[in-house]
Amino acid sequence: MSAIKGASVVIVGGGVTGLSAGWWLAREGVDVLVIEKGMIGWEASGRNGGGCSHHHSPLFLEEQRLWPKMDELLGYPTEFAGSRIRLASSEHQMALYGRALSNAARQGFKSEILDTRQIREFVPLAGDNMVGGYFYHFGGHANPHRTLQAYAWAMQDHGGRLMQHCAVTGFRSVGGKVTGVETERGLIACDHLVIAAGPHTGRLSAMLGHEVPMASARCEMVVTEPLPLMPYGGVDGNGLYGRQTLRGNLAYGGGPHEWLDIAGNAAPAKPTTPLMGHIGRRLAELLPKAAHARIIRSWAGVIENTPDGRPVIDRLDTQSNVVVATLSSVGFGLSPASGHAIRDLVMDGACSFADISSFRLARFAQLEPDWRELQGWQALAAEEALAA
Amino acid sequence: MQVISIQAKCAMASTVPPDPKSVAGKSLHVEERAQLLVIGAGPAGLAAAIEAAGRGLSVVLVDENPVSFKTMGDEVPLHYGQGMSAEARNRNAMMEAFIASEPQIEAAFEAGVDVRLGTACWGLYANGPAVTWLPGLVAGLNDESRSWMLQAEHVVVAAGRRDMGLGFPGWEKPGVLGATAAVSLASRYGALGRRRVVVLGSSTEALTAALNLREAGTEIAAIIEQAQAPLGSPELIAALRKAGTEILTGHVVREASGRDAVEAVLFSEIDGDGRSFGAERIISCDGIVLAIGATPVVDLLDAMGCRIAFQPERGGYAPVVDSGQRTNVRNIFAVGDCAGIWSGKTQDRAIAEAEGRRAVAAIAAGLGMTDDRVVPAALEPPAPSHDISAYRLAWVRASVIEARAEFHVCQCEEVTAREILEVRPPRYLDWKNERRNDRSLSALLGEEPPNPDQVKRLTRAGMGACQGRRCREQVAALLALGAAMPLSSIPLAGYRAPVRPLPLSIAGQIPEPPEQAEHWDTWFGMHAQWRPFWDVPELYTVATNDATGPVASE
Repeated sequence: MSAIKGASVVIVGGGVTGLSAGWWLAREGVDVLVIEKGMIGWEASGRNGGGCSHHHSPLFLEEQRLWPKMDELLGYPTEFAGSRIRLASSEHQMALYGRALSNAARQGFKSEILDTRQIREFVPLAGDNMVGGYFYHFGGHANPHRTLQAYAWAMQDHGGRLMQHCAVTGFRSVGGKVTGVETERGLIACDHLVIAAGPHTGRLSAMLGHEVPMASARCEMVVTEPLPLMPYGGVDGNGLYGRQTLRGNLAYGGGPHEWLDIAGNAAPAKPTTPLMGHIGRRLAELLPKAAHARIIRSWAGVIENTPDGRPVIDRLDTQSNVVVATLSSVGFGLSPASGHAIRDLVMDGACSFADISSFRLARFAQLEPDWRELQGWQALAAEEALAA
Repeated sequence: MQVISIQAKCAMASTVPPDPKSVAGKSLHVEERAQLLVIGAGPAGLAAAIEAAGRGLSVVLVDENPVSFKTMGDEVPLHYGQGMSAEARNRNAMMEAFIASEPQIEAAFEAGVDVRLGTACWGLYANGPAVTWLPGLVAGLNDESRSWMLQAEHVVVAAGRRDMGLGFPGWEKPGVLGATAAVSLASRYGALGRRRVVVLGSSTEALTAALNLREAGTEIAAIIEQAQAPLGSPELIAALRKAGTEILTGHVVREASGRDAVEAVLFSEIDGDGRSFGAERIISCDGIVLAIGATPVVDLLDAMGCRIAFQPERGGYAPVVDSGQRTNVRNIFAVGDCAGIWSGKTQDRAIAEAEGRRAVAAIAAGLGMTDDRVVPAALEPPAPSHDISAYRLAWVRASVIEARAEFHVCQCEEVTAREILEVRPPRYLDWKNERRNDRSLSALLGEEPPNPDQVKRLTRAGMGACQGRRCREQVAALLALGAAMPLSSIPLAGYRAPVRPLPLSIAGQIPEPPEQAEHWDTWFGMHAQWRPFWDVPELYTVATNDATGPVASE
């Protein structure tokens, strides 16, 4: 690769948010470069539940509008499959999950309550132990890594560029604008900068004087061998998120997370723990006829959260050509829409299709400086070092 | 300023409880404890267990063998290729044969080692930079009906070897199996259901396997070797020739033929580029034994984060160990074949046994136990007898890339070599948009070598129920050939627990602490995260947030 001296828009972070933004910009002919410190999608973007049903978000309508046509728009398969079923093993869960119906109804989407007979019909691997469930005539699920690669390839098809294995070390600013990105491979000039670097977004934005408050945690998932396909793969509940993939594997996660301290540019270690067994037990409860299925892998991802768990997609006040973006641990499904929103902020200064004022960074203006401790989100002290 | 904030932090930390939805304060149910867990009852593991018991340590020794007939059918832990005879169905007989075939097992019982046969270790876990809630070093164990956690102060991994898979048209047929599996079935159990086999590979390892098979009563019809001359020792070649084995160098398998299982092997001569020429020949046989590359079993070690490096003198990817057999993870040791395979070690089990004892000596020294036992000196492997990178690549070029018909390199997920090299989406997606044809390996690369984990996620090669045991070395070789790089430059495809397939119903038996069940949530359990956007306050502060509000993470 010849040395890249600059691009009109430089996006720091080759996760699903940055790559979607890169694709949105490139398809309009904008000269865009995505810089990734490691490999694209190697953190949480490429390893998550794949859900696309975020009825609480202002990006929901755009998420729903885009997913059914993403394969066609990108030109590469995402494995999107529509509709979603959520099963409850207790009246308490049933009540909690029910909020989705009112959220969706308010925005014009239909859902249904499933009785146990319908559960058996729609979910052949289910048993008689669920008290009820919901069928969403919206949302769905897709394959995270395949989608992420599709964004990257589609962006490149439109002339966008990708630079992997290149860490960002700083920024150059002149007169209230960022003019360049300092990297391990030298300075890269830019007219616009997007920081969408997942857990590293806080540290990088702090270099520009506007730290996006966030903390990172490790979460775990399991996947089984393939099973015969159910009519709807997007079945979860019983304290789990996940899906049956189009290949037939059951890929599910849930349960406790571990708050971490992420320092520097290094990729965080992502070990799994015996929580695998506890996820497995809940999965066998959710889908008792799959109890014989064998877990063939477990994995972990590191994900950032803002103090309220909600996204930040905003232009900086003092450097107007900078957009910062974190989807706060719920980024994959919303990515078709978040990339669009970022494109709008970069090119037009405002989001054209949704009111994203709740994503403003300014909502943290009065945030307690020790918010992390106050919320109990501290990393636990390492009891022993891994390395001897 | 700095001082004040630290003081404030300390004050807070003492008053604010940790996030109840996190792992903080959660406990793991540990069913049993041991000072030393040894995984694998081969020469090295047995020597370690017996030595440790002799020094007064409490020792649990697990070995997944004998695995059940069904498990063998699932290609766990080796590439059995349905090569087992009906005798393998008799579990009691298999158990007796397993114990009888290794006198040191009896010696371990007598030495006071808690020996558990038919018990697998599917995961090793320790606290580290990103995990802090475990009680210590723990191992996930299971047998046919149960799984549970064992906590150990030290773990010696002696997980042995398996074989690099090598594809050719028909290699999915019953009767194509790895040399380690074949020798185990034949020599340990008398349960190899194949009478006349062709062996692929001519290294000393391969020839030794062939001679072991012959000794157990299997006819070795031929040795097929793509290289122009045999690699292994002339004495072993002569011994095989004497008994009528054909030595076919400069040849490669074109097809394994047969209706329901291997009935014959078709092969031909190859040129310097691995391309076949001349007339094909046929040898009737009921088995094809893959012996082109024995590989250390590093799955548990890699999955838990031990440093693994491509070490040709140790047979490929092997853990980095010091003179005390220590890995870089505290209290984890690797001994025997899983710490490195070379022919001298294969010929003389005393080398592996010495590694086992050396690990125990290091453990004892660490515990401050001093005695006058003589610790065998560390023995470094000699320089490799052949360039295993070039050798394995040559096999894959001749057998897989130059194959006369496409076949599944990854049998579980049915992925061909071309699909791997072109990074094609899996066929079940029925993807018709040919625009993606320009997306090949080179488009993924950037400036780094191709990464098998990335290719796996896109093509599914290596993603199946056999957990990549049959295809991962071939996939790595294909990527090396595709990128024109040496095999050593291709990163190891990552292993993940469980390193043995584990049914949900068995994995789920690990008890869960009530405080974890009480706070279990689908996602982070944050009320604020899921408030609909029309209901979000303009400013967020911890003080004004209702952290106890209802949560149903979507």
